[in-house]
Amino acid sequence: MKRFLLPLGLFLVLAAFLAVGLRLDPREVPSPLVGKPAPAFQAAALARPEVMLKRDDLLGRVWLLNVWASWCGACRDEHPVLVAFSRRSKVPIYGLNYKDKREDGLGWLQQFGNPYTDSMFDPDGRIGIDYGVYGVPETFVIDRAGVIRFKHIGPITPEVLRDKLEPLLKKLEA
Amino acid sequence: MLLLKRLWAMLAALLLPVLCIALLLTGAPASAKEAPSVALNPEIEARMMGLAAELRCLVCQNQSIADSHSGLAEDLRQQIREMLAKGMTEDQINLYMTDRYGDFVLYRPPFKASTWLLWVGPGVLMVGALAALVLVLRRRQRLGADAFDPDTPEEELPR
Amino acid sequence: MIPELGNLLLLLALAVALVQGVFPLVGAHRGRADWMALARPTAYLQFVLVAMSFVLLTVSFVRHDFSVLYVASNSNSALPLLYRIAAVWGGHEGSLLLWVLMLCGWTVAVARFSRSLPNVFVARILAVLGLLSVGFLLFTLTTSNPFDRLIPAAADGRDLNPLLQDPGMVIHPPMLYMGYVGFSVAYAFAIAALIGGNLDATWARWTRPWTAAAWIFLTFGIGLGSWWAYNELGWGGWWFWDPVENASFMPWLVGTALIHSLAVTEKRGGFKVWTVLLAIMAFSLSLLGTFLVRSGVLSSVHSFATDPRRGLFILAFLVIVIGASLLLYAWRAPSVGLGQRFGLLSKESMLLVNNMLLVTACGGVLLGTLYPLFLDAMGGGKISVGPPYFDTVFVLMMAPLLLLMGVGPLMRWKQDEAGNLARRLRWALVFAIVAALLSGWLMGRIAPATTGGLFLAWWIVAAIGVDLVERLRPKPGMGGSIIGRARLLPLAMIGMMVAHLGVAVFAFGVAMVKTYETERDVKMGPDASTEIAGFDFRMLSIRDVQGPNYAATQAQIEVSKGGQVIALLAPEKRIYRIQNNPMTEAAVDSNPLRDLYISMGEQLPTGEWIVRVQHKPFIAMVWSGCLVMMLGGFLAASDRRYRVRQTRSAVMPAGSVAGGVR
Repeated sequence: MKRFLLPLGLFLVLAAFLAVGLRLDPREVPSPLVGKPAPAFQAAALARPEVMLKRDDLLGRVWLLNVWASWCGACRDEHPVLVAFSRRSKVPIYGLNYKDKREDGLGWLQQFGNPYTDSMFDPDGRIGIDYGVYGVPETFVIDRAGVIRFKHIGPITPEVLRDKLEPLLKKLEA
Repeated sequence: MLLLKRLWAMLAALLLPVLCIALLLTGAPASAKEAPSVALNPEIEARMMGLAAELRCLVCQNQSIADSHSGLAEDLRQQIREMLAKGMTEDQINLYMTDRYGDFVLYRPPFKASTWLLWVGPGVLMVGALAALVLVLRRRQRLGADAFDPDTPEEELPR
Repeated sequence: MIPELGNLLLLLALAVALVQGVFPLVGAHRGRADWMALARPTAYLQFVLVAMSFVLLTVSFVRHDFSVLYVASNSNSALPLLYRIAAVWGGHEGSLLLWVLMLCGWTVAVARFSRSLPNVFVARILAVLGLLSVGFLLFTLTTSNPFDRLIPAAADGRDLNPLLQDPGMVIHPPMLYMGYVGFSVAYAFAIAALIGGNLDATWARWTRPWTAAAWIFLTFGIGLGSWWAYNELGWGGWWFWDPVENASFMPWLVGTALIHSLAVTEKRGGFKVWTVLLAIMAFSLSLLGTFLVRSGVLSSVHSFATDPRRGLFILAFLVIVIGASLLLYAWRAPSVGLGQRFGLLSKESMLLVNNMLLVTACGGVLLGTLYPLFLDAMGGGKISVGPPYFDTVFVLMMAPLLLLMGVGPLMRWKQDEAGNLARRLRWALVFAIVAALLSGWLMGRIAPATTGGLFLAWWIVAAIGVDLVERLRPKPGMGGSIIGRARLLPLAMIGMMVAHLGVAVFAFGVAMVKTYETERDVKMGPDASTEIAGFDFRMLSIRDVQGPNYAATQAQIEVSKGGQVIALLAPEKRIYRIQNNPMTEAAVDSNPLRDLYISMGEQLPTGEWIVRVQHKPFIAMVWSGCLVMMLGGFLAASDRRYRVRQTRSAVMPAGSVAGGVR
């Protein structure tokens, strides 16, 4: 009698996994870079092409890296949240202008506001690849030692800001 | 006499499909004004496509980097070309990808502690099932005749 | 008005389905003939109600009723009529209604063609099908109602996904669902037999044609899906081991095992436990497939828009249906007999190995499909399992099966001996090796793995040849011509040979195309030309064309060989206006020996286009293999003994019908 219960047993195990699976998102890809040093970069600033921004310049500070582009619709959605955040927080936000045209990027900032201390210009997406960027917008939290502590894929909403980013920033700043 | 006939029949059976295929496949190669290949270096291109076919495009998520037309896929293909030109090996290139995107980017799952069940499972399943089958059948040989339905007489057995 | 009416009809159908599901079942248990008699009429009534509801949904699409949310999401005023109709099943809600319609259709067919079955049995079968219907109708009405209104109505619809605007889309889902849902009949037969305790050879004979029919449709649906993806998706692939493709393939594998298992149960009374379990498994996999596609647990190119509520409902439904069936199985199976005795080397044991290999292969596909989910659920991170895995694992598991296909049909029932078999097959072995090597040599190079695959294909062909020769040989006491003897061969046996031949054709095509296909990416402007595999491609012109709901750039490419023009192909790069969706429309020149496949990539700043040309030898055999398999199934199912009415007590003496029971 017992071996005839085997199919039922196997099925129930399968069903349990499927039930857990309902709460997961198969499309979300976690970053392998969390907990590792932020990849080095050297890029021209968006507004001033003669100035080079380097990752090492930012060591010793906690900062946010926000990947954005003028052609990205979702970036428009999160932008007011970032602008408001930049006004009330001391944490600098650096933008990575990803696969964009300089004039388009600058024009976009002019039109929608500029929350960034500065923006790096990454026209061919090389820096983006190093950071494992696959969809815009993406936001990274990088600590004083230059280690990536958190990555958010998709637009920053007030909830994400309140529940995930701000507590982490507070902890890192301390 | 019969043997000869049999030999002829077999020969014909062997050659007929061969003849058909041969006839239909012949065709003179033509010379033509070549449109330039997209690839600057065909050998690197071929190797790149081979690698790219096994990498998953994260934007569309259901195509390989070789097939996808998305911007990221084009960038990554270009990146692979450059890495191959620099002399990096296949393993090094895959490592480059997984460092940035995780194991998710590999269509061929790596063989590690978390995936050994995946790779070994089917084989084990098959061997195990076969073994179980043999055991069950052997056990049945030893059962008495009353465990089974009455046998149909030999003449009535279907062929 | 119309959507509300459609909704009402579904509610009525639910009520009828409830009656159909409960009364005959209880009636069979209590011996109440009047309750059992409700089975057929309620089945017919339910079908009429659901069909009318489906028609009303179609009418909403045809009439551009954008006040219906589902229509607004899947159609558009510029959408041609044919695709407006196909859009009915283009999204989750509508395709679900199609599923329910198919279920009612199969139920009606069973109700109609079951006169020779005992009433109690029929009552149980129709009741089980009715209960399944209840589940699906409940799901539709509570979470996925296609008749939900959009208020205020949309000015225009969001258009049907351009990928679905293709003739293949019109028939692929209906055929696929006919297969999926068709296995519910075998399932219902199995459940009814388990409940009633009458699992025997007669039961198997009744179940076989229904299973074969479902299998034929599923084969068609899968083959069609593959062919359609090849023509429509623009990059020349035809099977991606995408989770949804796997979801359709798994029931097919188990369904094939079921057909073979039923053969043994019918002829030798054996494998009853196996057969019943396979029948439950086949339909369970259909249900699992439904879950995977609609719940969002797996990322797939086919996934419908998801909603966790839907996933939860289907999962609950899955657990109830499959859990109850497997419980019933565990309770009843121990008392089922073993059938007739057979030896270690016999047709029965070969078929048992066949079952095992098919189920294991299905298990392998299931493992690969669900492993990313397992790992993620256990916190092990995210991985991908794609074609490199499946191609390796599946081919390795199929190889022994293909080998077995040459041996099994020639083995005797009950007991055979290895020496005899080897003697009969030795020339087949030689033929297969020679043919495989020759095939490779003729293509220009012999590749080891490919030769293995080709060997297996030719091996099956050769074994069929041996089988035919043996059967058509004049026997003592039986004169007549070869034609006369051929006429006496039972259709079921011819069907088997044809179906196996289909597998060989398929395997040959796969081995050839995967090894010898070539491609080239070139930059082309007007008058540029390129060459591949002896064929010349010359771009004559590029121009803009307007379609009913898209704008396209079309290239005119002339294909020639040895100076002789063969074809004029017109690949396109389309932008569908409403959703701004780009789409590659490939142009294919097809013949049994090779396909020439051209697709346009990106446009370069110079104005030239990147064009990919591909040469795919023998790819047509992949799909003709499927067609031949279907033909085999059809022939086997048309065997006289399924159509001749028999009472339960009649015994068919061997040798009386068509020259031998087979």
